[in-house]
Amino acid sequence: MAGRKFTDERGMMARRSLLKAGLAVGSAAVIGAPGPAAASGDPGNQAPNVPDWSRYLGEGVDSRPYGKPSKFEAHVVKRDVEWLTASRESSVNFTPIHELDGIITPNGLCFERHHAGIAVVDPADYQLMINGLVDKPLILTLDDLKRLPRVNRLHFCECAANSGMEWRGAQLNGCQFTHGMVHCVMYTGVPLRIVLDEAGLRPNAKWIMAEGGDAAAMNRSIPLAKALDDCLIAFKMNGEALREENGYPARLVVPGWEANLWVKWIRRIEVGDQPWHAREETSKYTDLLENGTARRFTFVMDAKSVITSPSPQAPLRYRGQNVISGIAWSGRGAIRRVDVSVDGGRNWTTARIDGPVLPKALTRFYVDLDWNGQELLLQSRAMDETGYVQPTKAELRKHRGANSIYHNNGIQTWLVRGDGEVENVEIS
Amino acid sequence: MSRFPKAVGAGLVAAVLVAGMDASVDAQPAGKNAAPAVAAERAAGKFGIGREAKPEEIAGWDIDIRPDGHGLPVGKGSAREGEALYNERCASCHGEFGESAGRWPILAGGAGTLATHDPVKSIGSYWPYPSTVIDYIRRAMPYGDAQSLDGDELYAITAYVLYLNDIIEDEAFELNERNFATLKLPNRRNFVDDDRETAEQAFWKRDPCMTNCAPGQPKIIGRARVLDVTPEAGTAPKVE
Repeated sequence: MAGRKFTDERGMMARRSLLKAGLAVGSAAVIGAPGPAAASGDPGNQAPNVPDWSRYLGEGVDSRPYGKPSKFEAHVVKRDVEWLTASRESSVNFTPIHELDGIITPNGLCFERHHAGIAVVDPADYQLMINGLVDKPLILTLDDLKRLPRVNRLHFCECAANSGMEWRGAQLNGCQFTHGMVHCVMYTGVPLRIVLDEAGLRPNAKWIMAEGGDAAAMNRSIPLAKALDDCLIAFKMNGEALREENGYPARLVVPGWEANLWVKWIRRIEVGDQPWHAREETSKYTDLLENGTARRFTFVMDAKSVITSPSPQAPLRYRGQNVISGIAWSGRGAIRRVDVSVDGGRNWTTARIDGPVLPKALTRFYVDLDWNGQELLLQSRAMDETGYVQPTKAELRKHRGANSIYHNNGIQTWLVRGDGEVENVEIS
Repeated sequence: MSRFPKAVGAGLVAAVLVAGMDASVDAQPAGKNAAPAVAAERAAGKFGIGREAKPEEIAGWDIDIRPDGHGLPVGKGSAREGEALYNERCASCHGEFGESAGRWPILAGGAGTLATHDPVKSIGSYWPYPSTVIDYIRRAMPYGDAQSLDGDELYAITAYVLYLNDIIEDEAFELNERNFATLKLPNRRNFVDDDRETAEQAFWKRDPCMTNCAPGQPKIIGRARVLDVTPEAGTAPKVE
């Protein structure tokens, strides 16, 4: 019955009107079928009864010196996909974006990608070395960094391989796995140009190489212009010290560019006149095209979006009024607009953006949906301030083939079935 | 005190000046005017923070090696000398012939596969520069015992890995810091700098279609659930 909605012009128009109907939903919700039952709970804890927590004293202030999420949120965790990698120490896990809202990722849920496990660095031992084409090679301590002028910046950090498993078709059933290698926090740190100016750049300086203190000494080349533009040496995220898994005590922040450049546990910056062609910018993080050539130094993350709810891990549970929630971001600047389709991209409605719209940061969008149990093919499409419009997967493959691994920003399709379950699908 | 040139006898005033000098350190630019600090004036002064790194300190950490030979350590070694080291320290993950064990990175093979549906990106088939091999071994290998190889061991293992890739053909050839930069890898000319902003200009649609954007009904041509490779859902709520 649901499929019928796709069969004619009238059907498509009816579906479009659903999205605009935020105002008209009230009566429909009352009249409409009740849909799947609400989580019922224990009637003994519900009106008119008085639950225990309303009668007896709870734990005191000292019981939780560092607060943790409620035990009822224990399922909201980073997850990995074990078959992806050979070892846990050189691997990746994924942010549960289907459980989050707004634009800030909680520190404990920021995805991790390590090349040799989590380095544990005593801040008293921490040193940042600046060498190469500088007037005076330097060593800075963490205290030194904290004495330099400081800024706060909110930025997304997305792995270049986010959605990389989806190049050849729908593979993983959950936006945590298809899109969860992205997070967005507020960084506090020192502009990199201030640090470089302390060492003094030689006139022939053109590139820098950032190197981690981990057991892979993970390193990347970055054009000097970017380093002087908006890069930071950050030591706080969301107001508190970086988490060890995110580079404690200091990491590089490279706004809008692929996360592999955001070197964690940063121990050294060398200034040079040419790129280094490190392993992570030759063997890896290069984009193999259909004709066998490969793009290199594809730093910028193209505009992208995904509906985080509903999604395979966050099915629809009620008919009537529902909220479609999603995130959009662009490495080239601010998100200008997000459109949502319920009919597989035949017709689009502009979503409502709520919360701050900042360049190179996650941006939250919503659409109110009046759902009567019909099948939907949900998509979202981001547009950024440069006029770039997130392409379909077919358009992307037309330009790049399917061997790229990296930089897959194609439009995601979720099939919402009549029972509310959601599937990752590809459509023609 | 002497770190602040203008601060003689005027600490407080100097402190204010230092803060004010760096005019480009201001709020995150909002939305459209995303012309960040790039055009802003560079910090005018130095803060005198940090100390000079000593040559021996730099020598201990400065491990990077570039394609032009910059950074090559002193040392020498042949594929013949590297074979035993490789078998002892590398083969359990990368395979006896660089073919890889399980999901560990492949080192050799795959020539002619890059434009197929199953590209094999090994050193010989894909990597552009041999300096990347010795640089990466030096900084990250053996996995779990990084930065433990001396100069001769580095050249010997690198020579053996290049021998597995037919880049070095004489197992007795002595690789060293003087001849290393003359080696070439076959795929070096097949990399192009990022050209998305021209090659993919079509994605700057600016005013994308809003209604009746594609003919016919969409057909589902692939489903993730068919593959069944998604990790179990754990305690995620179920539809009732």
